[in-house]
Amino acid sequence: METILAIGIGVFAGAGVWLLLRPRTFQVIIGLSLLGYAVNLFIFAMGRLRVSAPPILEKGMVGDPVAFDDPLPQALVLTAIVIGFAMTALFLVVVMAARGRTGTDHVDGRED
Amino acid sequence: MFDELLILALVVLPFAGSLITSVLPRSARNAASLTAAAVTLSATLITILLYPATVAGGALVFEAAWLPSVGLNFTLRVDGLAWLFAFLVSGIGALVVLYARYYIASEDPAPRFFALLLAFMGAMMGVVLSGNLILLVFFWELTSLFSFFLIGYWHHNPGARDGAKMALTVTAAGGLCLFVGALLIGGIVGSYDLSVVLAAGDTIKASPLYLPALILVLLGAFTKSAQFPFHFWLPHAMAAPTPVSAYLHSATMVKAGVFLLARLWPVLAGTNEWFYLVVPAGLATLVLGAYLAIFQNDLKGLLAYSTISHLGLITLLLGLGSPLAAVAAVFHILNHAIFKASLFMAAGIIDHETGTRDLRKLSGLFRYMPFTGSLAMVAAAAMAGVPLLNGFLSKEMFFAEAVANHTGSLLDDSLPYFATLAGIFSVAYSLRFIYGTFFGPAPTDLPRIPHEPPRWMRFPIELLVVICLLIGILPGWTVGPLLADAARAAVGAALPYYSLAVWHGFTLPLLMSVIALAGGVVLYLSLRPYLAVGRDDPPLMQGVKGQRIFDNVMLTLSWKWARALEQMLGTRRLQVQLRLVVGAAVLAGFLPLVFRGAASVGSKPVTPAEPAFILLWAIGLACALGAAYQAKFHRLAALVLTGGAGLVTCVTFIWLSAPDLALTQLLVEIVTTVLILLGLRWLPKRIASEDDLKPSGAVLARRFRDLVLAIMVGIGLSVFAYAVMTRPLPETVSRFFVERAYVEGGGTNIVNVILVDFRGFDTFGEITVLCVVALTVFAMLRRFRPASDSEAAPEQQRLQNAYDDKAPDRKVGDTLTDYLLIPQLVMRWLFPVIIVFAIYVFLRGHDQPGGGFAAGIVLSIAFVLQYMASGVRGAEADLRVLPLRWMGLGLLMAGLTGAGAFVFGYPFLTSHTRYVSLPVIGDIPVASALPFDLGVFSLVVGATVLILIALAHQSLRGSRGERVPGDQ
Repeated sequence: METILAIGIGVFAGAGVWLLLRPRTFQVIIGLSLLGYAVNLFIFAMGRLRVSAPPILEKGMVGDPVAFDDPLPQALVLTAIVIGFAMTALFLVVVMAARGRTGTDHVDGRED
Repeated sequence: MFDELLILALVVLPFAGSLITSVLPRSARNAASLTAAAVTLSATLITILLYPATVAGGALVFEAAWLPSVGLNFTLRVDGLAWLFAFLVSGIGALVVLYARYYIASEDPAPRFFALLLAFMGAMMGVVLSGNLILLVFFWELTSLFSFFLIGYWHHNPGARDGAKMALTVTAAGGLCLFVGALLIGGIVGSYDLSVVLAAGDTIKASPLYLPALILVLLGAFTKSAQFPFHFWLPHAMAAPTPVSAYLHSATMVKAGVFLLARLWPVLAGTNEWFYLVVPAGLATLVLGAYLAIFQNDLKGLLAYSTISHLGLITLLLGLGSPLAAVAAVFHILNHAIFKASLFMAAGIIDHETGTRDLRKLSGLFRYMPFTGSLAMVAAAAMAGVPLLNGFLSKEMFFAEAVANHTGSLLDDSLPYFATLAGIFSVAYSLRFIYGTFFGPAPTDLPRIPHEPPRWMRFPIELLVVICLLIGILPGWTVGPLLADAARAAVGAALPYYSLAVWHGFTLPLLMSVIALAGGVVLYLSLRPYLAVGRDDPPLMQGVKGQRIFDNVMLTLSWKWARALEQMLGTRRLQVQLRLVVGAAVLAGFLPLVFRGAASVGSKPVTPAEPAFILLWAIGLACALGAAYQAKFHRLAALVLTGGAGLVTCVTFIWLSAPDLALTQLLVEIVTTVLILLGLRWLPKRIASEDDLKPSGAVLARRFRDLVLAIMVGIGLSVFAYAVMTRPLPETVSRFFVERAYVEGGGTNIVNVILVDFRGFDTFGEITVLCVVALTVFAMLRRFRPASDSEAAPEQQRLQNAYDDKAPDRKVGDTLTDYLLIPQLVMRWLFPVIIVFAIYVFLRGHDQPGGGFAAGIVLSIAFVLQYMASGVRGAEADLRVLPLRWMGLGLLMAGLTGAGAFVFGYPFLTSHTRYVSLPVIGDIPVASALPFDLGVFSLVVGATVLILIALAHQSLRGSRGERVPGDQ
């Protein structure tokens, strides 16, 4: 599973970076999303992979870290998802505004 | 203690007065000038009150801790020298305020003028009273700043704007040098405290850093006091209102430079470096300024160059390094301030009453204003150094010092000749000022018929001229003690013997004075034909203009070189920049792989892969690669494929024990897709062209480069991820969270407890970011018109609308409504269901996957569905969402919950928890984290809905192409 996830992260990130370097704004948005998935999965993977061990306690229990998946990267990724959403929204609006004002969807605001 | 508070009042009072004056209405000329008068008069009074203590105690110090850790205290210090300057600043300030009351026209904004003038006065007081070098530099720069504002007071006048800019550029650049110089001195001495610095003269002179520190300090002083070659800004500063010229640019601010030289005289002067740096600068300024003054056609220009020349004289005296010369310098500072301020005021009166200050137009004014004329004549005679006036005494001392031997060098030996030459010039320009203005034939074509000014406008000149006379006739009784105190403080040791008498017998200096007076008269008479032509530039120096040189330097520095640099090193193309960033990241990432062997496989056994997981990721990879491939021409396909990749991510989270992440990811995925779909229609249509199908070699090369970069990033991340995942997890801070999540946080969902409790502050910041983003989106789209649609309406919609149009009983859009009837009904019915679900997700959040953020998005999806079902108008007819209030309420609630902890004496966001039993529902956790989470929930609903609505509303607006006339 580690191998597969590692490859998956790499491919997502590669596809994301490729799109990020393209000249059209829409490509950049999609690229950011893909790169965002890759980075979130990467951070998440830093807590190592566990199957069927969600970090949810029984009531009244002092948790034992060995029994659960690491909750810290999860909390970080949760934050990252939210910020990623905000960034996508803002970027989309900037794209729309740039398109409206410059008449092009090139990232530089003009065709070359 | 009382005296020390008085010192503080001297600095604080003007600033307070400035503040009060600045809020007065524009037309409140009298109120503003009265406030300013009250402030300046009280400052003068306070200064006088301080005199006995200054004389008795040597130096009086007020100290307040400011940044003691870096040796920076708010120290004010009054000794004889500072006292003399404070007296000049406050006394002449009071006279200038009185004068300005009549000078400033009623249509000018008087409060702004007086507010700036008072603020300048405060800054100048700060300079002269500072007991700390850093503080001194701070006030020094403040004076430059207020001088800038005051020169540019008539900002509709381009000359004023340019003059202000030039003055600020030159003096502030000098201030920067001075700052570094002060830091160097502070570094050498080990303290910035002036008393300590003044006592450390030998240490400073012995230090290897003495020369750099000296040069930097001199740069500061020379720019401020308009010494050659930095003198050119002062004549351009004459675009300021005349009270400003009288106050800042003759009596006080330009004296700051020589004040500094006098202040640091005991620690910097007396060396060869000092002599050979200061004396030539002062000498050049003295002679050049006096020479140029003769040929000015503008009254104020003449006075400005004369000021430059006199400042050069003072600098030269200080540069000589002998205590006697320093006494003469201090004496001349005082005398020059008195006669030059009165001359400026006289020039201002002439300008005010005749409408011009051009010497070519003025003549014979004596018959109209005999009183002002007589006063100006006395002051000009003082400037020329006529006996029985104050200027004569200090000039005599200057001549005596010029004759005296200092270093025995050629420069030293030539001083008497240059001094006499400058004396001749100064007599000539004084004569020109008086004769050209007041005598000769009656003036023709003046803009106004001149007459005497108002009684009180003349009073400051009268007072100053009386002082000129008093000092000139009875120097020992009037100015003797003050001068002795000031000079003693400047020299820092016992004073040598000097005599202030008017008559010293037949001496060499007297002979020089006589030569100067006679030579000046002869020079003026012989130059009259040349002057009558009214050329703008003096003989021998035609074509040399400081302003042109300055402008060229500025142009080269700030435009030509900057542009060249930008073209050499910069780019405005985002792709290039991003490529560099990614390239640098790849390099930085691969370095540890290569040098530290970080890419090795770890010892932790890998989890066996299940076939379903393999299949899942096969789909995921296909989606990602497909999206990358399709994003250029098939946006919708790319969006769908990205959604696929997102879902794979989501399933992976569930699979690997992260239900919270999966839930959030899924919800965010939905909203993001809707968002992008809404925006998609305004992107331009893209059809593959010939170029796209057969890309050129350059394009292929660029793509290849990007592909290599992308593959490098992918491989790098894969290798890192694998390397980390195959190593066992070390002990981390996670243990803390896992162990205490329930015991202290009161929740079983550890991730949620971390977010709303342990790291609640992060979450607070995060929702604030969300809030800011939503507001930005709202603000950007509020008055925005989108580009025109990239596609015409689809075939089906056109047919439907045409059908509606034809039928008499149908409106356009009815068919669409009919078509959507059942989905619409379903979506409407879903509304309450989704709300309940959102509440459910919210309430279980502390113990089970869910929480405020997920619930917020669920609820916003409910709103989105209503918009989709009924259209923007339809949805808003039934439903009024006020997203801004949701957001505000949410942020407030989260903040207040956090602040609630203060009430119980705990830090921000400390939480409290307990369970409450409710009928039917059972035990629910009531932690203080709950209202916090509720705030998160409310804010997320508001922000998401605000963004979506802002985008949706764009479809209601006409595009930019079809703008309604007059609608801006």
